Amino acid sequence: MRESMEFDVVIVGAGPSGLAAACKLMQQANEAQRALTVCIVEKGSEVGAHILSGAIIEPKAINELFPNWQEMGAPLNTPVTEDQLFMFLNEQKSIQFPNLCVPKTMHNQGNYIASLGNVCRWLAEQAEQLGVEIFPGFAASEILYHEDGSVKGIATGDMGISEYGQQKDSYMQGMELHAKYTLFAEGCRGHLGKSLYKQFDLDAKSDEQHYGLGIKELWDIPADKHQPGLVIHGSGWPLGKGTSGGFFLYHTENNQVVAGLIVDLSYQNPYLSPFDEFQRLKHHPVLKQYLEGGRRISYGARAITKGGFNALPKMTFPGGLLIGCNSGTLNFAKIKGTHTAMKSGMLAAEAVFEAINNGCEGRKELMDFDNRFKSSWLYEELKQSRNFGPAMHKFGTMLGGTFNFIDQNIFGGKLPFTLHDNKPDYAQLKSIHDYDTIEYPKPDGKLSFDKLSSVFLSNTNHEENQPCHLKLTDLQIPISYNFPAFLEPAQRYCPAGVYEVIEEETGPKFQINSQNCLHCKTCDIKDPSQNITWITPEGGGGPNYPNM
Amino acid sequence: MKILVTVKRVIDYNVKARVKADNSDVDLANTKMALNPFCEIAVEEAIRLKESGAATEVVVVSIGPKACQEQIRTSLALGADRGIQIETDTMPESLNAAKLLAKVVEAEQPGLIIMGKQAIDSDNNQTGQMLAALLDMPQGTFASKVELIGEKVHVTREVDGGLQTIALNMPAIVTTDLRLNEPRYASLPNIMKAKRKPLVVQTPVDLGVEMKTHTQLVKVEAPTERQAGIKVNSIEELIEKLQNEAKVI
Repeated sequence: MRESMEFDVVIVGAGPSGLAAACKLMQQANEAQRALTVCIVEKGSEVGAHILSGAIIEPKAINELFPNWQEMGAPLNTPVTEDQLFMFLNEQKSIQFPNLCVPKTMHNQGNYIASLGNVCRWLAEQAEQLGVEIFPGFAASEILYHEDGSVKGIATGDMGISEYGQQKDSYMQGMELHAKYTLFAEGCRGHLGKSLYKQFDLDAKSDEQHYGLGIKELWDIPADKHQPGLVIHGSGWPLGKGTSGGFFLYHTENNQVVAGLIVDLSYQNPYLSPFDEFQRLKHHPVLKQYLEGGRRISYGARAITKGGFNALPKMTFPGGLLIGCNSGTLNFAKIKGTHTAMKSGMLAAEAVFEAINNGCEGRKELMDFDNRFKSSWLYEELKQSRNFGPAMHKFGTMLGGTFNFIDQNIFGGKLPFTLHDNKPDYAQLKSIHDYDTIEYPKPDGKLSFDKLSSVFLSNTNHEENQPCHLKLTDLQIPISYNFPAFLEPAQRYCPAGVYEVIEEETGPKFQINSQNCLHCKTCDIKDPSQNITWITPEGGGGPNYPNM
Repeated sequence: MKILVTVKRVIDYNVKARVKADNSDVDLANTKMALNPFCEIAVEEAIRLKESGAATEVVVVSIGPKACQEQIRTSLALGADRGIQIETDTMPESLNAAKLLAKVVEAEQPGLIIMGKQAIDSDNNQTGQMLAALLDMPQGTFASKVELIGEKVHVTREVDGGLQTIALNMPAIVTTDLRLNEPRYASLPNIMKAKRKPLVVQTPVDLGVEMKTHTQLVKVEAPTERQAGIKVNSIEELIEKLQNEAKVI
């Protein structure tokens, strides 16, 4: 028998939604002078270790949660001063859009450039001061159910299991954490969230979810090139026809800039490598002018849930809720998910607290949440942006962009029809016979780098002697089907070099270097055979992002 | 018997250390910090001795800013009984650390002091030896095995080319090497309990130690980057390059 602990609320994941939910719960409890036990489990070695985002943060939600956040020292120190939007025509040429032609949702006055990791570290301090128990280094690996089928809580993974499943010297059995309500805030494509979708058929009425892969680097740049508050977005080159996505470069504090590329995982070309696209992107004059002479100090990657309003699942089920990017609350028209994730957590906290305060012992579904959600600004905002993503997918960047300009600026997102996009991202990939190979330029070691030296900068680490956390449903598929059809695309979509096909005398062999994993979840999303399942490795493993 | 264990907050071993732009030191801003791995082994050894009945109490002490309480709490979660933080603004040099620890030893009167052989940030490997000298106590450094036999502690040391076992009168100082044990994980209930275990804060002034500066950090430099390799077309070219470019033959 595993040991167990009882809480009022257990939250899986110390990201913006989970932490905002925890803070909101305790604020209400303290106000009502009621004892409430709230615990957060976080698979990263510390809060913020696995958090990666652009990030431009709209302060709407934090204003509501901590109205005096500025005096409290929240790390939102760089207000956006200037927005620039580009379309790259080729490796040299670009068009800069005049501000008037930019969709309203892409204007950033009043927003802040920040490290979401540091924002989460700060939120965690606030949560702990309010009385929340936060346990970093513990991965929720299993959902526990009551006999009536409602969620009872989660179990943390066993620690100290060898590669072949034996108990090592350091073996420690996982623990059961029981709660009246469990909030799942794992972020995009959370692995428990994925099984909740199935268990409760949460996406029965929603469109297919869509994803992007974001790759990001943090750079120290020469002081004379640094313009704190400057925000650059753009799309076009190097992404070719049929591949949508966009890049960003933000000037943040301390002579640092962050640069990144988001590639929509609906891409079709099996030769495409998001990592290499990003590396060559940095040679474009618009980015190069800032990065040249600088030094890259961190690297990371994370998938993004971008299906928006149409793909939103049902967020409640008996005994729990799905919040933040685990449910897909990101507003893709703004490319922002922090304020929406936080708000979803806060709404969940309100519904949960009211139920517990009224004596509810859990097991029930919080029917009230839906009303709170629908009467919130969050719902209104997501609804207005509902056509943005599907328009890009359907009409491409140019026409889709024009549609979005008209939809957002002239009709305020209120056009009386909804575009749908129901083909899952993994089913988009076409055969290698439909495309020519892509020859990526060799990295120069100054602006562009190879994969392994990049992964090195993510500080990722996994205890070596443990079972592989990337599970293949069918061991043969990578070589028997994915290899001949797509030249095993995992080798290219994985931004961490986890997957390799090695030519041996006996033929090609599929190898998984799970220690490199950045927990971005792209393989779980994009594998054309849906044969890879990402599960949590031993707690504390994974990247250790400094301020990403 | 009481065991005193010293622990240090250091940059996490998974993190790639980065030098500040002005070369004044390693950049620790927003960097993940952790319990020094050798100190963690020291804590584990002390807890094992307590579990075996050989010790009755495990006290952990750390020197540093308030943040080092996190590492004391980690040690308490692993099973230590109480903590002492000696609050300083910066990490003191080895001799000052040893002088501060000597005062703690005088007050606590432990039967055994277990320390990491070195901290992975400064790699000095001297505090344990200095403390032994200041206290005039026997020392067993680089321990890969620690046994209490009668009134003595037997320490197996990893020396060049083999193992050496020595017997020390107690109280004694033991510094740990990597192979002494494999530290356990802290369990969730123990992490919660650790928050309520006693932790006292003292200052160098309380202990009557004057923090003199004996060394100064002049600069820190990153290793020079390795040049990319080249391909040669013939053995003649290889020999030519080895002779004239690399100048090794």
